[in-house]
Amino acid sequence: MNPLKNHEFLEKNSVILLIAIIITVLIGGIIEIVPLFRQETVIEPVEGMRPYTPLELAGYNIYLREGCYNCHSQQIRALRDEVTRYGHYSLAAESMYDHPFQWGSKRTGPDLARVGGKYSDDWHVAHMQDPRAVVPESIMPTYSHLMKRGAKLHDLGNHLKALRVVGVPYTDDMIENAEKDALRQALGETRTDISGLKERYGEKVQARDFDKQPQLVSEMDAMIAYLQVLGTMVDFDATKGVDPGALK
Amino acid sequence: MSEDNINKDMDKVSGVETTGHEWDGLKELNNPLPRWWVWVFLVSCIWGVWYMIAYPAWPVAGGATKGTSGYTQFKELTQSQSEIIARQAVYLESFEGTDFNTIMNDSALYAFAYAGGKAAFKDNCATCHGSGAEGSKGYPNLNDDDWLWGGTVGDIYTTLQHGIRVEGNYDTRLSQMPAFGKDEILNREEINQTIDYVLALHNASATENMAGHTIFQNNCASCHGANGKGLREFGAPNLADAIWLYGGNRADIYESIFNARSGMMPAWKNRLDENTIRQLSVYVHELGGGEASVADANAKAVRPLLEE
Repeated sequence: MNPLKNHEFLEKNSVILLIAIIITVLIGGIIEIVPLFRQETVIEPVEGMRPYTPLELAGYNIYLREGCYNCHSQQIRALRDEVTRYGHYSLAAESMYDHPFQWGSKRTGPDLARVGGKYSDDWHVAHMQDPRAVVPESIMPTYSHLMKRGAKLHDLGNHLKALRVVGVPYTDDMIENAEKDALRQALGETRTDISGLKERYGEKVQARDFDKQPQLVSEMDAMIAYLQVLGTMVDFDATKGVDPGALK
Repeated sequence: MSEDNINKDMDKVSGVETTGHEWDGLKELNNPLPRWWVWVFLVSCIWGVWYMIAYPAWPVAGGATKGTSGYTQFKELTQSQSEIIARQAVYLESFEGTDFNTIMNDSALYAFAYAGGKAAFKDNCATCHGSGAEGSKGYPNLNDDDWLWGGTVGDIYTTLQHGIRVEGNYDTRLSQMPAFGKDEILNREEINQTIDYVLALHNASATENMAGHTIFQNNCASCHGANGKGLREFGAPNLADAIWLYGGNRADIYESIFNARSGMMPAWKNRLDENTIRQLSVYVHELGGGEASVADANAKAVRPLLEE
């Protein structure tokens, strides 16, 4: 019996062929899926990572809605030119609270993994309203409508709840205060008490009127709050250069 | 094999064995796989096995197999970075930690700083200040000699390190212009009189008889100076020159006085390394209006070297 020459049996019995196909596909599937059950073990923990604040999360949702990921990646690869241009390479832990993650591979625009703090709020407002006004050679579309639309804050508690199901460590306290925290972050220290927000999300939380429209918590506020926190949670010392050993 | 041979159905024209399948009299030849293909396939299999042994490949409890070659992306990165550092070492050795005075007077070091600063400027500064450092509304032109917070190389270095009005940075350049209209310090008429006076300062035709003079002295002079020439401690712009940061027409000035202006520049200290910030300081200083500090007057003598 030569097994290579006796496939006639399989080919002539469709049910047995079907079962054989299922077994073959299953093997491939198991090899692809099983390692994902142990995904946590390959994410090296780093200091400083926290879940997004509700306002940042609202910005993240707008980022997805507007399809920013079509042109912008959020992953600095461990290559010399990328590290020189964008800063420390991205760590797995830095996108562990993104569902879905925004790594991407298409860079029509620059990588945004560490855009937080690189530009002023005013610059972001001017740039999203009319990219050509600040970068003449830009081909980015305008997003001026973000200025006029109020950010959707009332359902943020549910967003937090949903993310908790997939493993983002939001507490009951955070979920309960989601809408108010979003509002507080957009109002800023000068107009409201943000101690609760800082208690929940850490001292480094940036709270201010991002778009300089005091009368409205716009989608622009949420968007800039999100952009300004990107890549800033982990404190890298640029002067030390790249030292993978120091990350552990 | 003998059994197989009996069942063999040979094609008479080509002399090749057929598969025995037949469609309306057409039979399929059972040619063997091309030899080159078989070899490529086998070599790929062997290479695949070698790759899985030599490089990190299999997820196992507590991580993944490390591979015998010891390869990691981080090692590769460190290696390629150290190559560059080695190539720059000849300059870096004398550049690192050297004070600006020495750099300003050493043409080789100066050229090194200038070139490095130029490259870093395009990546980090050009987005706001323009690729030619010409600036735009709200973002100062760096080619002129109108400095908000000081134009010596040391001043520029401090501004680069800590930025302007950076939240949570204790060393940042900080000042806050009052929103004279919004906060009802001045009424509409007073603001208009102030605009008249500011425009007169700009045209060098201001007199003490103007209605805006008193308002200016009471409200603006503490930061912008009695003669409107600005004060660098507060980053208050010179109003008596031809340069406008936020526009020089009535509407722009009205907006500036009514809502106030407070431009923000990011701090670069933890984003760029020390050498890059120092290179940028030299580059921005060189751009046009760099002011002589302690002993960098000689820097101007170095400039022809750069232009060659």
